[in-house]
Amino acid sequence: MRKLLLGATVALAAMAGGSVPGRAQTLTMAVGAPVTSLDPHYHQLSPNNAVSDMVFDKLVNTDAQSRNVPGLATEWRVVGPTTWEFKLRPGVRFHNGNPFTAEDVAFTIARLPNVPNSPASYAVYARPITRVEVVDPLTVRFHTAQPYPLLPLDMTNVRILDKETHENATTDDFNAVRAAVGTGPYRVVSYRNGDRIEFARNDEYWGPKPAYQRVNYRMITNDASRTAALLAGDVDFIDQVPTTDLTKLRTDNRVALSETVGLRLIFLGLDHLRGPNENSPFITDNDGKPLGRNPLRDVRVRRALSMAVDRQAIVERLMEGAATPAGQFLPPGVTGHVPDVQPTRYDPEGAKRLLAEAGYPNGFRIQLNGPNDRYINDGRIIQAIGQTWTRIGVRTAVEGQTWSVFVGRAARQDFSAHLIGWGSNPDGSHPLRNILATVNAEKGWGASNRGRYSNPEVDRLLEASLTELDEEKRQKLVLDAERIAAEDVAVIPIHIQTNIWAMRRGIRHDARNDELSRAQDVRPAGP
Amino acid sequence: MSVYLLRRLIQAALVMLAMSVIVFVGVYAIGDPVEILISPDADQFERARAIAALGLDKPLYEQYFSFLGNALRGDLGRSFVFNEPALQLIGQRAPATLELAFGATILAILVGLPLGLYAGLRPNGAGAKAIMAGSILGFSLPTFWVGLMLIMVFAVQLGWLPSTGRGETAEFLGMRWSFLTWDGLRHMAMPALNLALFKISLVIRLTRAGVRETMLMDYVKFARAKGLSPQRVIGVHVFKNILIPVVTVVGLELGSTIAFSVVTESVFAWPGMGKLIIDSINVLDRPVIVAYLMSIVLMFIIINLVVDLLYSVLDPRVRLESKG
Repeated sequence: MRKLLLGATVALAAMAGGSVPGRAQTLTMAVGAPVTSLDPHYHQLSPNNAVSDMVFDKLVNTDAQSRNVPGLATEWRVVGPTTWEFKLRPGVRFHNGNPFTAEDVAFTIARLPNVPNSPASYAVYARPITRVEVVDPLTVRFHTAQPYPLLPLDMTNVRILDKETHENATTDDFNAVRAAVGTGPYRVVSYRNGDRIEFARNDEYWGPKPAYQRVNYRMITNDASRTAALLAGDVDFIDQVPTTDLTKLRTDNRVALSETVGLRLIFLGLDHLRGPNENSPFITDNDGKPLGRNPLRDVRVRRALSMAVDRQAIVERLMEGAATPAGQFLPPGVTGHVPDVQPTRYDPEGAKRLLAEAGYPNGFRIQLNGPNDRYINDGRIIQAIGQTWTRIGVRTAVEGQTWSVFVGRAARQDFSAHLIGWGSNPDGSHPLRNILATVNAEKGWGASNRGRYSNPEVDRLLEASLTELDEEKRQKLVLDAERIAAEDVAVIPIHIQTNIWAMRRGIRHDARNDELSRAQDVRPAGP
Repeated sequence: MSVYLLRRLIQAALVMLAMSVIVFVGVYAIGDPVEILISPDADQFERARAIAALGLDKPLYEQYFSFLGNALRGDLGRSFVFNEPALQLIGQRAPATLELAFGATILAILVGLPLGLYAGLRPNGAGAKAIMAGSILGFSLPTFWVGLMLIMVFAVQLGWLPSTGRGETAEFLGMRWSFLTWDGLRHMAMPALNLALFKISLVIRLTRAGVRETMLMDYVKFARAKGLSPQRVIGVHVFKNILIPVVTVVGLELGSTIAFSVVTESVFAWPGMGKLIIDSINVLDRPVIVAYLMSIVLMFIIINLVVDLLYSVLDPRVRLESKG
């Protein structure tokens, strides 16, 4: 009997001992937004980009603060007014052993516009390129129609495929794992749509070796369940920590948090489409009769509305501190940030004076629209703004709708004022071109300019910046354009969200401002 | 019998046709999937390309007729989001939902029938009162709250059961099932119980009401007077007669559990069809919504058929031909 007991104890100890390194070698992550495909060129979506970053590489990678760093290209430079040259990293191999060469780059650029049924393709990054010239196996040149300074930035979005492996690969082949072959730090082992992806480390990786041998990447879309899974010890790491759980998690000594200011601005878009003497759809006088003018075309009214937003209170009370008050699209520390533009201070008295000056001493009525299931606390933010606007005499009705209904209406300019978000890349040209530029289908400008803001001066500076190859001059043009739009209150910035991850104590994570949750950024905490 | 089946099948086809029209028009009225799926980087060219790629540039009736043409060949379209055939997506998710729904239904019968029988036979006892009070809770507590409480208690506090997910699966009939592995069963326990709670309460109430009504019937009195043992009176004469409403309701409930276990599936991150449909609705993934609802209509029609057939087994007086 004693012998038996002893045997059992030994077996137990062996099992326990065996499981410790097993656990340390496997990382279980739970993400809040589902991955829709393993094809890196099929659907431009953050969760897909995060997974693609684990399996594939780009010519230009980005660090945690979205600065360009060498990836599959070791260096790049302008060699002519319309030519960029990229030197490629030697000795890199795909997971199946094929060598990486310049031909693969040319193949990848050619594939971008040719992914069938793609709902949001990566073709935008191939369009400026007129020709890809393979100089030698480790040198590639991109020829563009016009001088194009943003090419390296575009390359941070393009995952490189292997010509030989992916010549005829379809999206289905990627989803069936057989074509999910890249040069990245992890190989895909299995993929179950909407449930989980399993990865194994690529031990031949050219870059820093990731800490975990195996990664179990699970999708748990319900916020409360994701937090519970972490607290129960079923997962090691979660993203999109709900703000309601923050206070509790900060004091829980089983859990560590990682956070950084993100690149997603929450702002109010205003109706610039209706002329100064036209009615805006949701603005009336105090008796509910048409006003006969669009007050939002008066910069004093826009400024008053911005001054009547209590950003500090929204950030502290609604967001539990998980945001930063904002006066422009990008946060301090990235290239597109204008240092001398500050968030507007809450000043109801000043706002009332401005309104009176603009001819609305008794204010007017407005409806503020917004989604209620898209951004963190979006429905509560528009309620808070509605209250402070009403305090300065702009009697505000608030309507939150589900995103699928809301976004279609916003795109049709149905609203007078609406809350929306913008996840930017770190360059100021990005929000300028998409949101602040005058809508122009030929140039591809203003595609997300849902308020139809238009300012010739902003357009002129943007136009000049888009072909300016001198980086210093270009930045000045971009920042000037951003500053003008900010002074003109083209939109009302509210706050920039903080990206927060939570993990089991004993794990460290390099928080990224682009929101991507990638296994190579996670490692056991050092002694 | 065969005329009856044929008529039911024609009915089914008509209902599915009507369903597809309603969903097409409905999704069209809600909004534009491209607005939701498109990336922020996309300019107007890219938008136009995406609209054309998804076939949304054609007039609605043209989109509908080309869908109908493909549907007759068994192709219900490819998901806008996943670029996989809609039916294949639903098929991949179906086993997870089916085993959960059947697990919950079995639980409902195994727990609900005996408790209901007990409460019906001793309606004034303390036990019966407790059971009935419990069933009120089962009816009225919201599923998502109960689900989260189950996770908090059994996964976070006690650590007995895994909090979410499907666990290990085993292959059977070419599909992955988790009820065949111990780990899978442990993962299934809480979501199945959560889904079953409402059904248990329902079965308790139906059984109890049926028992109380039947116990007063003449044939029960006669059976007793004849000197049959109480076990036989209850087990055969009473039980068989209360089963008809129970079978109807459990059948319909099984259908709605398979179709609409959305809340439980998202709380427990259970990768079933409910999660698929709610995600698809959120991004207006029309092919998946249409294919899903059409399969659900088909399923309900089949379940109703099976229930009707079961009636005729349980109650010889029911003649299928006489029903419309």
